Amino acid sequence: MNELLKVTNLHASIGDKEILKGINLTIKPGEVHAIMGPNGSGKSTLSSVLAGNPTFTVTEGSVEFNGKDLLQLSPEDRSHEGLFLSFQYPVEIPGVSMVNFMRAAVNAKLKYFNKPPMPANEFLKLMREKRAVVELDNKLASRSVNEGFSGGEKKRNEIFQMAVLEPCLSILDETDSGLDIDALRIVAEGVNKLKTPDNATIVITHYQRLLDYIKPDIVHILYKGRIVYTGGPELALELEEKGYDWIKSQIDNKEEA
Amino acid sequence: MGALKQYLDLFNSQRRAIDAGSAGALNAARDLAFEALQGRELPDTGVEGYEKTSIDELFSPDFGVNINRMQLPCDIAAAFKCGVPNVSSLLAVVVNDHFVPSATLLNNLPAGVTVMSLARAARERADEIARHYGTAASLQSPGTALNTLLAQDGVYVHVPAGVKVDRPIQLVNLSSTPVPMLTVRRVLIVLDEGAHLSVLSCDHTMRDSNIALNSQVIEVIAGPHSVFNLCDIEESAAGQSRYSQLYINAMEHSEINVGGMTLHCGTTRNEYRVNILGQRAHCQLAGMAIGSDSQHIDNSSDVTHSAPHATSRQLFKYVLDDQASGAFEGSIVVTPEAPFTEAYQSDRNILASSQARMHTKPQLLIYNDDVKCSHGATTGQLDEHALFYMQTRGIPREQARMMLMQAFMAEVVDTVSVDAIRDRLRYLVERRLAGFDASCSDCQSCK
Repeated sequence: MNELLKVTNLHASIGDKEILKGINLTIKPGEVHAIMGPNGSGKSTLSSVLAGNPTFTVTEGSVEFNGKDLLQLSPEDRSHEGLFLSFQYPVEIPGVSMVNFMRAAVNAKLKYFNKPPMPANEFLKLMREKRAVVELDNKLASRSVNEGFSGGEKKRNEIFQMAVLEPCLSILDETDSGLDIDALRIVAEGVNKLKTPDNATIVITHYQRLLDYIKPDIVHILYKGRIVYTGGPELALELEEKGYDWIKSQIDNKEEA
Repeated sequence: MGALKQYLDLFNSQRRAIDAGSAGALNAARDLAFEALQGRELPDTGVEGYEKTSIDELFSPDFGVNINRMQLPCDIAAAFKCGVPNVSSLLAVVVNDHFVPSATLLNNLPAGVTVMSLARAARERADEIARHYGTAASLQSPGTALNTLLAQDGVYVHVPAGVKVDRPIQLVNLSSTPVPMLTVRRVLIVLDEGAHLSVLSCDHTMRDSNIALNSQVIEVIAGPHSVFNLCDIEESAAGQSRYSQLYINAMEHSEINVGGMTLHCGTTRNEYRVNILGQRAHCQLAGMAIGSDSQHIDNSSDVTHSAPHATSRQLFKYVLDDQASGAFEGSIVVTPEAPFTEAYQSDRNILASSQARMHTKPQLLIYNDDVKCSHGATTGQLDEHALFYMQTRGIPREQARMMLMQAFMAEVVDTVSVDAIRDRLRYLVERRLAGFDASCSDCQSCK
């Protein structure tokens, strides 16, 4: 089968409002997909639904992940099975230190696979190694999760967590927002270092900018809850040049007709 | 209404036996207490300040009072296991109101420092007790008057001028009774000028104990430049009621740090009355309440500033689960005699279930223009965004909830100034929130 993720006719709503209106998407190991689209098209909703955010209700369709029915899994089990979401707005958790947070995450995954908790020295070594991927300062380890982190530190912290958890599918939700050019480079390099032939990445972004660093194999355009265009890397460049209006008018005209 | 009557009747018929089981100043104070109770009732929920806890109802069961000083069965040796790791505390056990010191306590008290039975102190050091007994506690409170009426024993601690007791005094209060019982306990703590003292007090219920009410009045006289730390941990059981009233007189430049930690209880009402009588005194008052099942925790604080340049900080936090209910009423009073006061109060609560209830009433009464004061109260739920974020990192929802509750309480734990006690409290809080009893993992004696 060789498919990591297979989304079929996915519909999702918040309250009475339908946001995703039939998403179809197939991702194979080793691929990098970019999902672009104007504000409000459903990009972040798609990532939330895949991660299991209870705010959204799936009303139709299916998602197969590594041969499992993803929609039946709790958010924590989706994580154990290898799904990772890098948040557009990482959450601050006052009073929970980064070290305790990561130890809980690592040991929960080991427990899921019926393995004993990681010994303390091994865990600290793992933290050291993975911090280096995104040049994350050691002093952040003793601080509360994301509390008082700068915008850049928060995003680097997301990629650090991704490095520790070694997911087979990572969804980067607007990881470039709020980053200056140096932080963007560090984050993108981090993502590239973690790339293997066996894992895949979905990059959700407004702009071409991030795609200069993380090269996509396939680019999708999401508009009004559907993927309306799929192409190669050149599609992102075209969008950068022309904006979204030509897509919008094309689709809106079709709808009217 | 009318629970008071059975105790007044008991007093009238048994006065001689009550006096015989006690001594000196404790007996001398009963007449004033009796007078203060004439025409009064124990407060019911209709009375302001008692909206969510009826003291009358707490006292209404047909309790026995152990006025004839019968020794109650209790495994005291087991209680000595309540020690705190990494700290060599000076430990004593108080069974209901009966004081039992450990050998370590007797052999290691610094010269001049007293920790003993209050009744014995009233006999042997009558003048000293008479000078302080009842000077901080107010007979205006019917609960305190009733405690004064019936109290026969408890604990007396005295630290003479300039003496710094470097090891914490630990009082393990055990509730143990084969029949429904009212325990009346009295504690008097006197710090002379420049004295330093840390007290760890913990309430436990022995296994197989019957229902009981503990009435406790603690008076603290904190002399000029003294430093007083109290960490009061309750780990009692369902069927236990606690009515604790703490009175502190804080003299000039004294530093007070009090933490009241309700980890497990039946029905609890704590009253904190801090009188700042000397300039530049500092008082920190912290409270933690963890409630589950149908536990009820009510804290009432009153910090009154009657001298200039003093500071006070109040921090109370509750986590209530299941059908637990909580109440907080806190006030800061700044009198005209207290310019340049800095006083803050914060109450923050989490309701972890839809049936848990919280009632909060923060108050500021300021009769002075030159002050810095603030108060705030919030009641909410665990942060769903944080929970989801943790889940996406693989942390199971239940564990994530627990971690967030622990994190919420960390601020209160951190107010404890003795390192070893703080670490122990953190461990007990973690165990409690993880769904274990709050007791230590290796102990068999607690309920």
